[in-house]
Amino acid sequence: MELICPAGTPAAFRDAVDVGADAVYCGFRDETNARNFPGLNFSRDELAEAVSYARTHDVKTLVAINTFMAAGREALWQSAVDDAAALGADAVILADLGLLAYAAERHPDLRRHLSVQAGAANVEHIEFLVEAFGIKRAVLPRVLTMSEVAALTRQVRCETEVFVYGGLCVMEEGRCSLSSYATGKSPNMQGVCSPASHVRYRQDGREMVSELGDFTINRFPEGEAAGYPTICKGRFVVAGEDGYIFEDPVSLDALSHLGALKAAGVAALKIEGRQRGRSYVAQVVTEIRRQLDAVENAEPAASPLNDTLRLMSEGQRTTKGSYDKKWR
Amino acid sequence: MLPFPIQKLLSPVPLPVAGRVAQASLRRMLHLHPMLFDRLGEFAGRLIVFHPTDLDLEFGVNPRQRSVRAARPGGIAGYDTRISGPLVLLLGLAEGRLDGDAEFFGRQITVEGDMETALALRNAVEDASLDFATDLAPRRGPLRQPVWTVLDWARTALLAREIAQWN
Repeated sequence: MELICPAGTPAAFRDAVDVGADAVYCGFRDETNARNFPGLNFSRDELAEAVSYARTHDVKTLVAINTFMAAGREALWQSAVDDAAALGADAVILADLGLLAYAAERHPDLRRHLSVQAGAANVEHIEFLVEAFGIKRAVLPRVLTMSEVAALTRQVRCETEVFVYGGLCVMEEGRCSLSSYATGKSPNMQGVCSPASHVRYRQDGREMVSELGDFTINRFPEGEAAGYPTICKGRFVVAGEDGYIFEDPVSLDALSHLGALKAAGVAALKIEGRQRGRSYVAQVVTEIRRQLDAVENAEPAASPLNDTLRLMSEGQRTTKGSYDKKWR
Repeated sequence: MLPFPIQKLLSPVPLPVAGRVAQASLRRMLHLHPMLFDRLGEFAGRLIVFHPTDLDLEFGVNPRQRSVRAARPGGIAGYDTRISGPLVLLLGLAEGRLDGDAEFFGRQITVEGDMETALALRNAVEDASLDFATDLAPRRGPLRQPVWTVLDWARTALLAREIAQWN
């Protein structure tokens, strides 16, 4: 299985390559990708250098152009695909059907991967995209159980890629409007979930209060691990009691399922976190590479080195997410 | 937190001295990393305050003016973003040895004010691949190696101590 690692800056890209990525995914410095944050992402020149660095280490570069095109401004997304192809990207990661069609028509030799943002969670959906746009790989939404991943992988005529570690989207990926509702900016269109421009932290006595737009997302007592200021992981008062009504602030850690994912025929494992720092990339990729190598070499399961992955996690807690989902 | 003897040693440092040392260090870093603030873009004109919580000091940086000034904690008004945490963690974050989000989740650092500036700064500084031991040691001469060795040892020991404390 390939290990697909995130990079938000050229330095993080080099780190990912150096510590064992098989492929690194990144985006341009604009709204064409779902991590459109200040100071993050790559200029065209930086991507060219990154592709070159990756090539010399036999590592692939995947370019995420996975937001949905705005009507009348399609040229921004189309030029991103053109530039990714010209700069030597090994694949583009797309969600928008119009952009998939454009890439298939203009760059038939450029591999097209289906972004998780497309929310393709069943065989019929993926098969249609294989047939219509020749996608070579589908990144599966983080809403499927292990048995569903295995069944789907068996039935589709393209590779599947799944997330094994990092931040979780618990809602309909690519269709979530919670952040848009609170801020007027969309993760799916502008690439910003809980945009920093609308986030505030303040101390209220001994509590840290996180706010998104006009909404209070959480109040963290002193010493309690914090999470991202996203509505889906907010703590709200419902029927007089406060709690996490959508999802707790936790990160995905599905490393205990590596063997099962390999047996299921999954082609690639993805680490979330292009918005994270170099230290995250270096430590998380190193640890997961070690565990993946043990699985690939049929060695006894590598025990976690330490608390690295938990301490890197949102809320300093992890979950196996929907892979082990016992509810419906 | 810095070991108590080091805190005591640094606490009486007069503001003008702290300011001059900080300005000289910033000038040196910008000389070695001229693209340091490039990723800040529109946020380069913001006033960013760093408050090492184990020192009786805070520093206000204006990236566009390439200037830094020192003050006592709370002494810099009108900032856009204020980042607080133990000195060693702040330096570890700047070098990319620690992850900003993880430190934030663990409540080791706090960020007040404009978050866009904070994010842009984090990404800009991380991409510059700073190394304070290498960057601040003399460039040449007999003192280069000993100074680097001391700085590197101090960085490693203090960072390990800090991480052990919050783990």
